[in-house]
Amino acid sequence: MVDAGDAETEAATTDDAETDADEERTDGGERSQTHTIRLELVDKPGELLSALHPIAENGGNLLSIFHERGNLTPRGHIPVEVDVECPPERFETIVDALRAEGVNVIQAGAERYGEELTLLLVGDIVDTDLSDTLQRIESSTDAALADLSLSAPEGRGGASSARLRLATRTGRSDEVFEHVRQVADEKDLNVVEPLVEVAE
Amino acid sequence: MSLRLAVIGAGAVGRSVVDLAPEYGHTVTALADSRSAAVDPDGLDAATVFDRKDAEGTVGAADPEDALAAEYDVLVEVTPTTLGDAEPGFSHVKAALERDRHAVLANKGPVAERYADLMALEAESAGTVQFEAAVGGAIPILSTIADFGPGQITAARGVLNGTANFVLSRMAAEGLGYEHVLAEAQDLGVAEADPAFDVEGTDAALKFVILANVLGDEDQIYSLADADVEGIRSIPASALDLAAEDGRTIRLIGEATADGVRVGPRLVPQHDALAVTGTRNIVQFETVNAGQLHLSGRGAGGPETATAILSDVGRLE
Repeated sequence: MVDAGDAETEAATTDDAETDADEERTDGGERSQTHTIRLELVDKPGELLSALHPIAENGGNLLSIFHERGNLTPRGHIPVEVDVECPPERFETIVDALRAEGVNVIQAGAERYGEELTLLLVGDIVDTDLSDTLQRIESSTDAALADLSLSAPEGRGGASSARLRLATRTGRSDEVFEHVRQVADEKDLNVVEPLVEVAE
Repeated sequence: MSLRLAVIGAGAVGRSVVDLAPEYGHTVTALADSRSAAVDPDGLDAATVFDRKDAEGTVGAADPEDALAAEYDVLVEVTPTTLGDAEPGFSHVKAALERDRHAVLANKGPVAERYADLMALEAESAGTVQFEAAVGGAIPILSTIADFGPGQITAARGVLNGTANFVLSRMAAEGLGYEHVLAEAQDLGVAEADPAFDVEGTDAALKFVILANVLGDEDQIYSLADADVEGIRSIPASALDLAAEDGRTIRLIGEATADGVRVGPRLVPQHDALAVTGTRNIVQFETVNAGQLHLSGRGAGGPETATAILSDVGRLE
């Protein structure tokens, strides 16, 4: 599974790997890690394929591609999210190669998702179109659904619950909660938010 | 020093104050319920007044106003909490302060809904207002804030409603639905016949409004209308199951922070300090120089609340 929440620690390891290459080797070779790359593509045939070439050519293992068709970036391009598995030291090479090919890399690796939030949705989740709910939560906030569990013991029409794990950018959790509350309000669902204790 | 107490309100808390006052060296010179009063400058006998109340429904032959006019040093206000104008509790306290007597409250209404009015009355009076018993029963929450200094505490969070906490912790432990557990709580006397005040979050919100007022140092005054309040009625058993799968649980958590007052069901780690079980209460302070501080104990009940009242009386001496 793609664990975007570890992105921050991955970034730290990337730096360490460059400076402490010896230590890395004594550990029995290169360790592969998952990285998220966010690209924007021009909407024409072959664009996606040519954007993926530099990844394979530089030893990256393509785990998933999230092609947000129908969603346009402010510049009118199509946002694409790619999860790549590779040793930390190859990651920079891949990003450089993508840029050399003229692919617009918006964010790479750790920058995008640094935090994870777990929350519950409660109410008539099934009949209020769960996939639409999730899509709207993801689309208008900078949050990606990392995990979902649903419990609907009473079947359709009864009170059910969903547990969502959202990956989001560090420091953006307030915005995400606010947006989730909005979406839930419209569908008459309740949100159980985590208690986030902020030490001042 | 022995003080003379006028106890206004003869419910479970009022009874316990009358019962325990001699143990603390004080004399109860007046007691009133909503219909009657008993006054004796030499001190009332607890057994006599409550035997009469149980048999006849009145504590004595006098009118309630006679208790307010009686000789006393401290007025103890333990009538039921009312919202909005917080009457008649507010007037009882006002009468005491205008006579330059002290007032000790367990009633949350005047402190949560009319804090500015209450402070203004106190400023004009030689008497002092204390209300430890209004927040968290026996737990010394307000006196801890007074000891630390409000400026040393940046936030208060926690569980200050035992009924809601009992319901949620039973639902989580037994996998039972809300209605089932609520009925059980009513049988046990943990929840009242009309549980709305507790399960809708109002009671907890009033306590966190009081905390916000005390912590805010009168810069900003809050009332219930300023609080963001959500109850636990909508929480199905399935939500607690999903929370448990992830090592978490749900509690009705209140917060008094720089952002204001908020009460609602929240996800907390199962082994978090705030995830108390049963009717237990807990409050967590975020301090400037000393990290987190937790105070936990019984947040309701006659003798529990009476001990907070009598501690307040002790601070007046």
